[in-house]
Amino acid sequence: MKSAVIAFPGSNRDRDMIAALTSISGTAPNVVWHKETNLPDVDLIVIPGGFSYGDYLRAGAIAARSPIMGEIKAAAARGVRVLGVCNGFQILTENGLLPGVLMRNASLLFVCREVKLEVVNNRTPFTGGYEKGQVLRCPVAHHDGNYFADPDTLKAIEDNDQVAFRYAEGTNPNGSIHDIAGVTNRAGNVLGLMPHPENLIEAAHGGTDGRALFASALEIAA
Amino acid sequence: MIPNDPQITPDLIAAHNLNEDEYQKILDLIGREPSFTELGIFSAMWNEHCSYKSSKKWLRTLPTTGPRVLQGPGENAGVVDIGDGQAVVFKMESHNHPSFIEPYQGAATGVGGILRDVFTMGARPIAAMNALRFGSPDHEKTRHLVSGVVAGVGGYGNSFGVPTVGGEVEFNSRYDGNILVNAFAAGLADADKIFLSEAKGVGLPVVYLGAKTGRDGVGGATMASAEFGDDIDEKRPTVQVGDPFTEKRLLEACLELMKTGAVIAIQDMGAAGLTCSAVEMGAKGDLGIELDLDKVPVREDHMTAYEMMLSESQERMLMVLHPEKEPEARAVFEKWELDFATVGHTTDDLRFRVIWQGTEVANLPIKELGDEAPEYDRPWVEPKSKAPLSGALPETDVADALLKIIGSPNMASRRWVWEQYDTLIQGNSLVLPGGDAGVVRVDGHETKALAFSSDVNPRYCEADPFEGGKQAVAECWRNITATGAEPLAATDNLNFGNPEKPEIMGQFVHAIKGIGEACRALGFSIVSGNVSLYNETNGVGILPTPTIAGVGLIPDRAKLARIAFGGEGEEIFLIGAPPLWGTHLGQSRYLEIIHNRNDGPPPSVALDLELKTGNFVRTLIREGVTHTVHDCSDGGLAVALAEMAMASGIGAIIETPLGDELAEAFFGEDQARYVISVGALSADEDLDGLLNRAREAGVPMVHIGTTAGDTLKLGHARAVSVRDLKTAHESWFPSYMGASGLN
Repeated sequence: MKSAVIAFPGSNRDRDMIAALTSISGTAPNVVWHKETNLPDVDLIVIPGGFSYGDYLRAGAIAARSPIMGEIKAAAARGVRVLGVCNGFQILTENGLLPGVLMRNASLLFVCREVKLEVVNNRTPFTGGYEKGQVLRCPVAHHDGNYFADPDTLKAIEDNDQVAFRYAEGTNPNGSIHDIAGVTNRAGNVLGLMPHPENLIEAAHGGTDGRALFASALEIAA
Repeated sequence: MIPNDPQITPDLIAAHNLNEDEYQKILDLIGREPSFTELGIFSAMWNEHCSYKSSKKWLRTLPTTGPRVLQGPGENAGVVDIGDGQAVVFKMESHNHPSFIEPYQGAATGVGGILRDVFTMGARPIAAMNALRFGSPDHEKTRHLVSGVVAGVGGYGNSFGVPTVGGEVEFNSRYDGNILVNAFAAGLADADKIFLSEAKGVGLPVVYLGAKTGRDGVGGATMASAEFGDDIDEKRPTVQVGDPFTEKRLLEACLELMKTGAVIAIQDMGAAGLTCSAVEMGAKGDLGIELDLDKVPVREDHMTAYEMMLSESQERMLMVLHPEKEPEARAVFEKWELDFATVGHTTDDLRFRVIWQGTEVANLPIKELGDEAPEYDRPWVEPKSKAPLSGALPETDVADALLKIIGSPNMASRRWVWEQYDTLIQGNSLVLPGGDAGVVRVDGHETKALAFSSDVNPRYCEADPFEGGKQAVAECWRNITATGAEPLAATDNLNFGNPEKPEIMGQFVHAIKGIGEACRALGFSIVSGNVSLYNETNGVGILPTPTIAGVGLIPDRAKLARIAFGGEGEEIFLIGAPPLWGTHLGQSRYLEIIHNRNDGPPPSVALDLELKTGNFVRTLIREGVTHTVHDCSDGGLAVALAEMAMASGIGAIIETPLGDELAEAFFGEDQARYVISVGALSADEDLDGLLNRAREAGVPMVHIGTTAGDTLKLGHARAVSVRDLKTAHESWFPSYMGASGLN
């Protein structure tokens, strides 16, 4: 399967993401500049982490209005898989592809550390390589990862099994409501998560727990 | 005719930090009264920060070359060969004064400045470190400064996208009125594609790139060359404001542009912005420069020539380009939505000319402004040496003392700090902060990695600047060695008080002598650096703080050593130590924290032993004999063992040292010592064989215990659980900072 990584000015984990996709699929992803209005024909679109536009308005708010985002929305509607990690998750909530918002961390501090993630729903294209209830290691690195949704939205995403990952074992690093670390859209083909699975895919990273997420999304045997 | 408004008065000259002799030198050089803009230019170029006028004589005595050194001091950063056609580019620089005035922006722009120094040379930044020194935790400003500086370092580096892999945080009341923020960055480049600042060719375009010019930071370099008084808050407008988003775009645009072959010379605009960058490029290339300020992109209206020449607006570069590549270069910068403007050209007359609103406002000799600026041989006196420790110390319980030391402000875990830095971005971090040195692998290479460490013990330097200077180099070299790396070269960031005081100048001279001696003995040259003088407030100087940051090369990252014990049942050895394990308590953390004393001389560094011991330890790591190594530094052997236990969650049973001097054995700060633990040995070697090899190498090595269980037992002292150690070690910082929120 083919993939694309979207690059915004200020993206900075794009290189990590490209390295992860290349390592896992054996092929380098297409890199698409945010001003493009045509997406290549791919099966997986990834919006990487970083500080698009410096996060100067609200994290992700300006990038969510980039020319390429209209194409991504249309592709998602066709069922193309879309993954947003960290700033990518923020962009997807700002753009309305995913429910909820990401607020400043409850500590008000940037946090970079390893946390534990529980796989809540393994019946998505991204989580099929994990067992339901499995607990993963995964690093986080963000200032605005405090997930919030109003009670009705929250009830809907819980009822619809849209919570893909929760922070586990008391490791919620940012105050996210219901310990939510990653959510999907209703159809399940769009996933956003704050942690960085792309930084835990090889022995040199100290573990490979992130690998199965990309392998699932690209339908490669892990 | 150069208009002269306002009038040049003695007060105006003094306000520009130029003394009478220096002003006379200006008059002699140009044969007339300088214009206001020219006065500003002289002040910017001849201040301590830019000209190194007090320090140059002594900096020349440092070793700066070596078989791997491709570029020593004098460029934006040093460059060292790491094989395979690759080079590591690095430097450390202070941003002390701005960070005290406005901690977030001061620290942020310090990080921005050092990153720019590195990518100006064509290198992509791959690692950062920060050596931070604050006043006493009890001082009313300290919490505010720690919070602002740490957030500023993180805010810039995280957004830019470079992992912070190490650094230091220290508290001492001598920094109450003058904190230190020393920022280090390293980047990776192709060894044959290093970009320099020396302009070449007459009549070529001088191009301005990056962000627009505003009034921020006007006079910053002059401010950084003066002492602080009580009017410090009035200086806030001289602090620049950082924009990491623009810097990230500038990085990508510069690297993209460099690939096109358009760049002849490049210089970032740091201290004294447009003035310093233009003069340096011209002076180095023996060329004149003419600038037309009406072409400079500005973000404020009605800026004067003086303001534009002295602005320290961030994220700006100056380049000399091949004219035929200008359209291609412009397209790159337009893609990244950055300013690109041809603002001048090179000339053959060695003059620095500035045109503003069609009028010449400066016309100065470029060499005398730049590389031929004034130089001083300041008077200095020999530092007094400290009397040996006298009087017996009251008996202490080793376990209680250990818990108290590792939970004290200066020895407690710095996790609260480094968790605010992105330590993982780029996916190459192998050893995170908290070890001896940070390690990142070399992207694109199968096995290579680089190790980074930043060190200095200012209390040692205050007690004996010569030994303290030696020790800073030795400890940096040792920390790098402890990962298995070969130390390649170092950068120095020399922070001292007012050099016009002979005793401060004496500290500086002696520290440099010590640094030079250690660098020569260890083959660890200084390839870049920065001097920060006048670190005084109301006449009180900081502790002499010559920070040394070094880089080492690990050929095979599979043979990397970390500080964590590898498992239970490993044999623990102490290497490089005297027969009684430890003997020296002068200036130690134990003396300071347990007995509230800071007397005695610091430990001396036997450089031959340091070299032999380090080389032996490195050999053991590279042979795979050990994966667990930690150096003994602040707090001595007991603290080293506690850190190894905490990092692994595994305890140890340590034998009782020979002799009765338990405090010396466990808390002494003798130098050149490492602790290693060894699991299963290969079939053809046993422990006696290992000890024999050490003996043959002339390196003291002694078996001191075994890893076991989940408690640390030091001789007859009561066992302390690793959990209690961790609680003591991890609690102080968050509780001091009143950490809110979760975890």
